[in-house]
Order: sequence, then structure tokens, then C-alpha cells
Amino acid sequence: MAPILLGIVPFGLIAGISAVSVGLTPVHGVGMSILVFAGAAQLAALQLIGGDAPFLVVAATALIINARFVMYSASLAPHFHGASTGRKALLAYLLTDQAYAFSIRRYAERGEPISARLSYYFGAAITLWVTWQTATAVGAFLGASIPEAWSLDFAIPLVFIALLVPAIRDRADGAAAGVAAVLAVMLIGLPYNLGLPLAAAVGIVAGITVERVRS
Amino acid sequence: MVWLLFLVIGAGTFLLRFSVIALWGRLGTVPDGVERGLRFIPPAVLSALVLPAVATSNGHFEVGPRTVASLVAVLVAWKTRSVFFTIVAGMAALWVIQALQ
Repeated sequence: MAPILLGIVPFGLIAGISAVSVGLTPVHGVGMSILVFAGAAQLAALQLIGGDAPFLVVAATALIINARFVMYSASLAPHFHGASTGRKALLAYLLTDQAYAFSIRRYAERGEPISARLSYYFGAAITLWVTWQTATAVGAFLGASIPEAWSLDFAIPLVFIALLVPAIRDRADGAAAGVAAVLAVMLIGLPYNLGLPLAAAVGIVAGITVERVRS
Repeated sequence: MVWLLFLVIGAGTFLLRFSVIALWGRLGTVPDGVERGLRFIPPAVLSALVLPAVATSNGHFEVGPRTVASLVAVLVAWKTRSVFFTIVAGMAALWVIQALQ
């Protein structure tokens, strides 16, 4: 678990710092982390808030990024069958890329009873939650004192690069990423930042097409 | 307005996370086609966020210090798979380029 935590600390610090650098207050940064608790979506929303994008575009972009959680939800659902609704709601709130990766590996290896599966999940997910909230809070309250000359706003695309590169595993992923990137630059003049969701949608279609042609 | 935005994103995100876990046993599984589309969301959305942020200026494609520093970051991300080293390398590259200008 230590290497995963080491990865989310700088990510969380940047989410906190970025909230302040786009003009929000540290309390906004902390509140956003508690309400949303999804790093990539938080940073995307902050980047768009900084660019004065309209409400709907910010919300839609964040939710499109988080649509991947449906995939994790489907993958974990059979393992949590039988837990109370309250517990299910709490573990859903705590669901992240890291908590998913961590627990699904364990469930694939051992056939444990539901109580053991739940304690394993909550142990990992709560550790991740506390680390993330602490890191964003520290970032948000330090953010105001960081000089602009450090260009720390550049850390947002850097985090995206760190998440993007491992997400490209084959040609279909590459096609999705390449088409979306080029189109996003070509459509940058569109009003309301609409180029971003459009480019992403066409990229997804490109990925599906390449995968279908190859199989 | 900002708080409303966070609430909408937070509630929507919760529903996405809760979706299949909540409905398991009452509905079927996620259709195969939908699952295949979901797989491409991270690469498509992340790259659509990155390239305009690092390779445009005043609404036009332009290679600048941030573009070059991003290429360094891509290389480090690919070699190390580490968020930490990617941020450190990208920031260091940008500072060096800015200092040389």
C-alpha cells in the first residue's frame, strides 16, 4: 500500500494548491475533496473553472471522467452482495481507482467471507481517504503562499500525463487518446469549452472502432 | 455557485459509484458494449485535457516551454509509471527551460 499512498500525496497536494491557484478559497478546496473525492475529476473541474468554463461543461466533464466508476461498481458488485444498503453506500462513496485495484486483486486470489471482504476494502479505502483529505487540505492552505513564478499550475497537466500514459495499453487506447488530443486542439475555439467533451466523445468512438477492426 | 457545482459533481459521482453495487441482483450486468466504451474514457478525456493545456497559445497550436516539459514528463511517466517522478521531472524541465530563456 505504501507506494500507492506515495503516489496520491503529491496528487492531493496539487489538487489543494490548484483550488487556490484558480481563485477559490482553501475551504472550497477541502470541501470539494470531501464532496467529490475523485482526483482526476477534481483537477479537470479546477482547470475548467480557471478557464471560466460554464457550469454545465465543468459538471459534465467531471462526470464523464468519473463514468469509469460504473465499470468498477459492476466488477465489485458481486463481491459486496449481501452487505447492508448503508454499508454499500459508504463503500461506494469511498470507491477510487486505487481502492478498486487493491481489493479486486485480493478477491481474485482468495474466497473469503463477506465480512472479511468488507474489512479489507474499508481498511484500504479509509486509509486512502484520510491520506487524500490530508494532502488536499495541506495543499489548499499552503497554496496561497506559493509564488506564481513557480508555475505550479503546470502540475495539473503533469498529473494527467502521469495517469494517461499507463492508461494506454494497446492500439485502441492509443487511437482514443490520439484522436481526442488532436481534435481537442483543433476545436479549442468552440464556445463554452465544448471542444473538450466533443473531442473525448470522438476519441472514445475511435477506440471502439479500432478495437472492433482488430478483433 | 461553486458549492452547488461541487454538490452536483459529488452527487453524480456517488451515483456512478453506487450504480451497479446498489442494483446488483435486481438488474442484469452492464451490457458488453457499454463496458467496452467505458474503457476508453480515461485515455480520451485525459489526452483531450492535456494537449490544449500544454500546446496552445491564444487558441492556436503552439510548441512552447510547457510542450517540451510535457514531452519530458511523458517519457518519465512511461519509464517509471510513477505520479511522483512524473510531476518532479515535468516541473524541473519547465523551470530549466524558463531559466534558459
